[in-house]
Amino acid sequence: MKTPTELNAKTIPRILAPKRKKFSWDMFSSVATLIPSLILLGVFVYGFIGWTVYVSFSQWNSLIPNFNSAGFLNYSIIFSSYRFQSDLRNIVVFTAFFIIACLIVGLFLALLIDQKIKVEGFFRSIFLFPMAISFVVTGVVWSWILNPSTGVNLILKAFGWKSLPSWFLSTTIAPNWPFGQIQLGIPVALLAVLIAAVWQMSGFAMAVYLAGLRGISDEIKEAARIDGSGVFRMFFSIILPQLRGTTTTIIIILTAASLKIFGLIYAMTGPGQQFLTDMPSLNMFQTTFQGDQFAQGAAIAIVLLLMIAIFIVPYLIVTLRQGDDA
Amino acid sequence: MNTLALRRVSRTLLYVVLTLLAALYLVPVYVVVVTSLKSNASVSLAQMWNLPNVLSFSSIANAWAQLGPNFINSFELAIPATLISALIGALNGYALSKWRFKGSSVVYFFILFGMFIPYQSVLIPLLKVLDVIGLYNTIAGLILVHVVYGIPIATLIFRNYYTSIPTELIEAGKIDGTGYWGIFRYIILPLSVSGFVVAGIWQFTQIWNNFLFAVSLTNPPDQPVTVALVNIAGSQTVQWNVQMASALLVSVPTLLVYILLGKFFVRGLLAGSVKG
Repeated sequence: MKTPTELNAKTIPRILAPKRKKFSWDMFSSVATLIPSLILLGVFVYGFIGWTVYVSFSQWNSLIPNFNSAGFLNYSIIFSSYRFQSDLRNIVVFTAFFIIACLIVGLFLALLIDQKIKVEGFFRSIFLFPMAISFVVTGVVWSWILNPSTGVNLILKAFGWKSLPSWFLSTTIAPNWPFGQIQLGIPVALLAVLIAAVWQMSGFAMAVYLAGLRGISDEIKEAARIDGSGVFRMFFSIILPQLRGTTTTIIIILTAASLKIFGLIYAMTGPGQQFLTDMPSLNMFQTTFQGDQFAQGAAIAIVLLLMIAIFIVPYLIVTLRQGDDA
Repeated sequence: MNTLALRRVSRTLLYVVLTLLAALYLVPVYVVVVTSLKSNASVSLAQMWNLPNVLSFSSIANAWAQLGPNFINSFELAIPATLISALIGALNGYALSKWRFKGSSVVYFFILFGMFIPYQSVLIPLLKVLDVIGLYNTIAGLILVHVVYGIPIATLIFRNYYTSIPTELIEAGKIDGTGYWGIFRYIILPLSVSGFVVAGIWQFTQIWNNFLFAVSLTNPPDQPVTVALVNIAGSQTVQWNVQMASALLVSVPTLLVYILLGKFFVRGLLAGSVKG
């Protein structure tokens, strides 16, 4: 059974003497410091999310607010709409390829840079600088570079490439697997968006991997070297397993970023023909503010929030627990 | 001798691959700069990869004529919003790292979650509330929004930063009879410069680059520079050289920050990947 002093020692930080009386002005001040932020976030994050949930169950689908209950009607409307089905396919396909590409490119760059090269800072800066730029700028610039009648295609043409890709204007889907009523396929136009997004965010994966690589103790690597491990054995049996936590972190952060992606799509392609490059975030924006379908927009927003929360909530709980133990 | 030669070859290969990749990452920079320096007459799709025959700053001047007011809007937004959110982050980070109370990790979770939400899930109420309090379509409204939604990341950055300040310093302060605010004012704040730089860079970049709030909460003359760029790029009549010059102008402030203070930028980035 726990004695009161043991409990105190555990719950009160060690900067306080254990025998101090329960109320302390300092601890009170600590809580008081946080209260304004908690109120603001309570209203602007949690209250507003609650409000959006409420709107999503209402009949507010015109300029005049109407909070009569619509039950799950708005959800049923969006899930049966062609546009939202495209969104779900696009977001899953895009996120999967985006993460895989960023992980591979990021790890490759980090491994190259970790070879004790001379101008490390120079190369690191170049691979990371796109992160300092707005997604909107990336969208505008890459939509010109990947413009089907110019840009990269001029170079491909110079190399004798015959059938030039129409990049983000492509309406092709390949391969096209049917699943229930939905045609699952990969919209080729997404490839252009992927190139731009990977250009912008792979530097993030590189930076985190680089920090992870620097965290692997030299003794482990040295021990493996003495055991006669080759480069590949070393990579797959020592380095990659040691980077598992780093990889998880990158996947979680990039998943959250990818599901939210908005500015890039807005500036580069918009919804695209037949919604081939549409995303839930853009659909929500247009449904709500251009279509005045507030309740349906709210429903899209809530589905998007749930998709992100599934990844983020467990991640935050696990990371914060680990932080407490340390 | 043989292994030495092999090593030399592999080192050379390493640098060749790195240089090629770096060149690939810089392609958009080349395109933007080269196109920005072309005049309306000499910008043609077929010659987009060519260097300009004659240097012309007309497209940059043209872009500035269109973007200038929005540029000022963005500064009026990003500077106060950055400062206020960094200050709030410092206070929160201090409370959460040095005076942890029962349930403080629950509070921390409550704060951090706000960093990851898609802002679409708060946009409808946000717009209505700003409208009611008279801040819709104002820079002040955007400042409020960025301060509030910047609290999570700013708190995170300072909490991580303050964790690295030794607890002994605070104990020493306590022995001297200094309280919560005294310790913050005389011990923590003077040590916080680098924390403020990291949080400041991070927030400035995020706020400057933001598009969703800007496009949802403001109308033409009061819009930040990112929205103005999209408006320019979206109009059919504007030439590519002006579009690229606009993209360049929009990127200059954050790129300058990145070039001058890159190390701190990376620290903010790594803080963003949480680490309790």
